[in-house]
Amino acid sequence: MDLVQLQRQLVEYRTSLYHEGFLDEQFTQLQELQDENNPDFVVEVVSLFFEDSERLLNELTKALEQQSIDFKRVDAHVHQLKGSSSSIGAQRVQKVCIAFRNYCEEQNVEGCLKCLQQVRHEYSLVKTKLESMFQLEQQILSAGGSIPM
Amino acid sequence: MSLLHVFEFGLKVGHLVWMLCCWIASTISMNWFINGEFKDPKAGILGDSGSKMWFKCWDEISNFSFKIHNQYYQFIGSKRVCKSWWRKLLFSWVIGWTLASVWIFCCISSHATEKRKETLASMCDERARMLQDQFNVSMNHIQAMSILISTFHHGKTPSAIDQRTFARYTERTAFERPLTSGVAYAVRVLHSEREQFERQQGWTIKRMYTLEPSPIQEEYAPVIFAQDIVSHVVSLDMLSGKEDCENVLRARRSGKGVLTAPFRLLKTNRLGVILTFAVYKRDLPSNATPNERIQATDGYLGGVFDIESLVEKLLQQLSSKQTILVNVFDTSNQSYPISMYGSNASTDGLEHVSHLNFGDPFRKHEMRCRFKQKPPWPLLAISTSIGILVIALLVGHIFYATVNRIAKVEDDCHKMMVLKKQAEAADVAKSQFLATVSHEIRTPMNGVLGMLDMLMDTDLDVTQLDYVRTAQASGKALVALINEVLDQAKIESGKLELEEVQFDLRAILDDVLSLFSGKSQDKGVELAVYISDRVPEMLIGDPGRFRQIITNLMGNSIKFTEKGHILVTVHLVEEVIDSIEVETECSSKNTLSGFPVADRRQSWKGFRTFGPEGTMHPFSDRINLIVSVEDTGEGIPPEAQPRVFTPFMQVGPSISRTHGGTGIGLSISKCLVGLMNGEIGFVSIPKVGSTFTFTAVFASGSSSSKEYKSQQINNQSNSVSSEFRGMKALVLDPRPVRAKVSTYHIQRLGIHVEVVSDWKQGLSIINRGNNVIHMVLVEQEVWDRDLNSLGLFITNLEKIGHGTPPKVFLLSNSSNSSRENTATGACDLTIISKPLRASMLAASLQRAMGIGNKGNPHDNNVNLKVAAGALKKYRADVVSATRGMEAIELLTPPHQFDACFMDIQMPEMDGFEATRRIRDVEQNINNRIQFGELSADACNNVSNWHVPILAMTADVIQATHEQCLRCGMDGYVSKPFEAEQLYREVSRFFQ
Repeated sequence: MDLVQLQRQLVEYRTSLYHEGFLDEQFTQLQELQDENNPDFVVEVVSLFFEDSERLLNELTKALEQQSIDFKRVDAHVHQLKGSSSSIGAQRVQKVCIAFRNYCEEQNVEGCLKCLQQVRHEYSLVKTKLESMFQLEQQILSAGGSIPM
Repeated sequence: MSLLHVFEFGLKVGHLVWMLCCWIASTISMNWFINGEFKDPKAGILGDSGSKMWFKCWDEISNFSFKIHNQYYQFIGSKRVCKSWWRKLLFSWVIGWTLASVWIFCCISSHATEKRKETLASMCDERARMLQDQFNVSMNHIQAMSILISTFHHGKTPSAIDQRTFARYTERTAFERPLTSGVAYAVRVLHSEREQFERQQGWTIKRMYTLEPSPIQEEYAPVIFAQDIVSHVVSLDMLSGKEDCENVLRARRSGKGVLTAPFRLLKTNRLGVILTFAVYKRDLPSNATPNERIQATDGYLGGVFDIESLVEKLLQQLSSKQTILVNVFDTSNQSYPISMYGSNASTDGLEHVSHLNFGDPFRKHEMRCRFKQKPPWPLLAISTSIGILVIALLVGHIFYATVNRIAKVEDDCHKMMVLKKQAEAADVAKSQFLATVSHEIRTPMNGVLGMLDMLMDTDLDVTQLDYVRTAQASGKALVALINEVLDQAKIESGKLELEEVQFDLRAILDDVLSLFSGKSQDKGVELAVYISDRVPEMLIGDPGRFRQIITNLMGNSIKFTEKGHILVTVHLVEEVIDSIEVETECSSKNTLSGFPVADRRQSWKGFRTFGPEGTMHPFSDRINLIVSVEDTGEGIPPEAQPRVFTPFMQVGPSISRTHGGTGIGLSISKCLVGLMNGEIGFVSIPKVGSTFTFTAVFASGSSSSKEYKSQQINNQSNSVSSEFRGMKALVLDPRPVRAKVSTYHIQRLGIHVEVVSDWKQGLSIINRGNNVIHMVLVEQEVWDRDLNSLGLFITNLEKIGHGTPPKVFLLSNSSNSSRENTATGACDLTIISKPLRASMLAASLQRAMGIGNKGNPHDNNVNLKVAAGALKKYRADVVSATRGMEAIELLTPPHQFDACFMDIQMPEMDGFEATRRIRDVEQNINNRIQFGELSADACNNVSNWHVPILAMTADVIQATHEQCLRCGMDGYVSKPFEAEQLYREVSRFFQ
C-alpha cells in the first residue's frame, strides 16, 4: 500500500479512537513522552498495561467466583485497574471501573459481575484497537515512513 | 493639473463663503442676543435656552467648518503661494469696492440733481404759462375796451362817452382787470385840429412831466378819458414823453398791444408796465400796411399793469411758493435785463429760464426760477455707497481673518504634528525604558534571589539566617514592585489588553482562597467565598487579571484584618438590584464571624450601573458580575479615603513599614476593573472594617463550549462530584451567612444541604427518617459552645442507625490540632479546616466517607513506567523503587538523588509514612553533621540534607497541600501525569 495512504489511515484511525472515547488526551501525553531516546515507549507501556490488566482481570474473576466475596480485595484490584487504565488513557475501561467500585461499595454481587463483564469487554475492545493501531504503525515504519503525530 | 487647481480654488471659495455665512450668522445672532438682553432682561428661560441653542448650533457649524477646513487642507499644499495670492486678491477687492462705491455715489447724486432740475423746470414753465395766460386775459380786456371806445366814442356823433362815463365804466369793470391799475384813452389830434380840440375840451394840451402847454407839434395825443385812479393824466400829451411816444407810434403801426419797459408806478412805487392799444377808425384787415394803420388811427388806449402784484398773486395761487424763488426780467435789451419782479438774490445754483410771451414781439420777457433752499445733502447716495463700502471692507476683513486663521491653523497643525511625533517618540522611549529597566532589574534580581535561596541552604547561624531572609523578602518585594509598576505603565499607556478566554470563576476563587488560607489560618481570620448560583460556571474574560484584582483586594483585607473574617461574594448585578430592598445580610449581627462590617451597599452607591440609566443590556451574552470583598479590619481613616485609588498612596508612611506593599495595587485594580467595563467602590468604617465592591462585565461561556469544559476540567474533580451526587448533608450552624457559604461549597459537590441552627433541630430532621443524611457538618462555634450536648447528639446519631450512621465533620477555623483531641469522643470526627474550597472539602469528605484512599497493596507498574517516562523526557535519570522500604534505603544520605516522587499508595507502607521516615533519617544525619559526629565530607559535602519529595497521586483528594506538607513533602503532582505539570513542579525546586 501507498505510504501516504497508510499514514493517512493511521491518523484517521487514531482520531476515531479519540472520537469514540476509547482514548483520551492522557494517551496523547503518553505519545509525547516517546522520543528518539525512548522509541518504543508507548508500546512498552501499553503492553505493560495489557499484562497488568489481564492479571487483574483473572484475579477479579477468581475473587468474584468465591462463595464469600472479599469486596475489599475486589475494590483494590479495580482501583489498580482504574489507575493503570487512566494512565494510558483508556477512558472507557476507566469509566466502567468507577461504576465497578460503586458496586463494590454497595457489595452488590450482581452489579460487580455485570461490571466485570463490561470491563472485560471494554478491555478487549481497546486492546484490539490499540494492537491494530500498532500494527499500522509497524507497517509504516517498515515501509520506511515516519509516524505522523 | 489645471482641473485640479480649479477644483482647489472652488473648494477654497466655497469654504470662504461658508465661513462668511457662519460669521454673519454668528454676528447677527450675537448682536441679537446682546440687544435682546439689554432690551429685555426678562427674556428669561426661553431666551436663555434659545441662546444656548444658538451657541450649540454655532459650535456645530464651526466644528463642521473646521472639519471641512481640515479635510480640504489635505488637498491643498504650497501655502506660501496661496498666502501672497490672497493678499493681492484682498487688496484688489478693497480698491475695487472703494471705486465702485464712489461710482455709485456719483450715479445716485447726479440722478437726484437731474430730477431736481426737472422739477424746477416744470414748476417754472407752469408759472410762466399761468402768468402769460393771466396777462393775455387782462390784455384782451384792454383790447375790448379799445373796441368799446372806437364804437361809442368815434363811431357815434356826438360821442356817447365823456370823461365821467368812462371813469365810471372803467371803475365798475375794474374787477375784470384785476392786474390793471388804471386805463386811459388818448385821442389823436393833428396840429390843424388842435385849436378846435382845445376849445371843445376846454383845456390846452400839456406836455408830460412839465405840465406846460405843449409846443407846436405835427400831431398830439392828449388823454381825454382816464380812470379815476389815473385821472391826473387827462390832457397830457402822450407823444411828449419819449418812451410813451415810441410806444404809441409802435402800437398804431402794428395794430397790436405794445408794452413799455417796466418802470416805477407813480403812486404805488411798484414796478409796472403800460400796455398801449391803437384805436382805429374802421376795421382794418389783418394784413394792412403800417401806413394804412397810421392813417386809420383814431386814438390810443393805455393800461397800467402792476407786474409785481400780478406775479405775486399768481404765485400765491400755487402751493409751492415756499420752495421756489421766481424772478421776472425784461430782456428786450439782452445785455441789460430789467428786473420786473423778485429779489435780487445771488444767482448761484440751479436756475431755470422760461420765456414769456406777452404778445409784444418787440419786447422779450423771461422768468427765472430757483429753489429757495440749497440742494439737500445726497443722504441716500452717501449712505448707500458707505454701506456698500463697509460691507466690502467687512468681507475683506473676513477674507483676511480667514486667510490668517487658515495660516494659523496650518501652523498649529504643523506644530501639533511635530509635538505629536515628539510625544510618540517619548512614549516609545518611556515604554522601552520601562521594559528595559524592568528586565534589567529583574534579571539580576533573579540571580540575587537565587543566590539568597542557596545561601539559606548553607550553614548559617540565626542572625545570618535572619539577614538572608530579610534580604530575600526585600528582593521579592522589589520584583513584585517592578512587576506592578510595569503593569501600571502598561495600563497607563493603554497597552494592556485583556484576554478573552474561557475560565471557571469558582476555580479561580478557590485558587485565591488557597493562596491566602495559610495566612488567614495563622491570623485566625475566617476566610470565605460565596458565589451565587446564578453566576454561570464558565465565563469568557481574562482570568489572570480578574484573579489579580481579587488577590489585590483580598491581600489588602488580610493585611489589615487581625480578627473576624474576610468574605468574598460574587453575584450578578441583576440579582443584587433585584434584592436591594430585601437585603438584610448587613445587619451588624448577621455577619460571617459575628463582627460588625461596613455596609457593602454603601460601596456601590456611586455606580453607574445602579443609577437610573443603569446599563442593563437586555441581551444575555453579557454577564455583569458584582464582587464584594468584605473584611473586619481596621478600616481606612476618612481623611485617607479620597486617595485610596491613587497610585503609591497609603494611609500613612507607617503603613508601608508595618504591612509592606507599594500602594499601587488598588490603583491597578481600578484600572483593570475599568478595562473590564466595571466600576470599583468601597465603604470603610475605621475600627469596623472595609468593603470593596467592583463590577465587571464578562461574556457567558456559551453552551457550545460545554464539551470544551468537560475536557478541560480535570477529571478528578468531575469524578469527585459525581461520587457525592445525591447525598445529603446537614449543616449545623446558627449563623445564616456562614451557613450559606458552607452550603454553597457543599452543594458544588452535588450534595443536598439542609441547614439547622442547633443540634436538636438537626436530630429531629435525621429522625424523620424519610431522607437519609449522609453527613453532618458542625460549625466549630457550635462545637465549642456546648460540647456536651453535641457529644450526646453524636451518640444519638449512632443509635438511630438507618444502616450507616452519618459521618460528623467539624468545620474548624484554624488547623489547631488540639481540637482533634477534644473532639475524639466516641465517634470518629473529621476536622475540615477552613477556608472551605470544593476540592479540599471533597478530599476531606471522601477520605472520611471511605470513598477514595483504599489501601492498595500492589504497586502499579503502568503508572511507574509512565512517571519514569515523563521524567526521562526531561533528561532525568530515574531509579524506580516499588516499595517504601526500598525508597528509604535509596534515600538515606549520602545519595545522588535530586528529587523523589513518592506515590502515596504503595504496598506495605504508604507514601506519607515513607516520607516521614525519610525525613527522620535526614534529620538524624543532619543533626549528626551539625554536632560533628559525622563529617560533611562523608556526605558529599552536603551539610543539610533535604531531598525534595513530591507526592504522586491519582486523586487530588489525598493530596491536599496541607497534608502533604504535614508529612514533610514539598509538593505534589497529580496522576495521570501531565508532562508539563510534572515539569513545572520539578522546576520549582531546581531553578
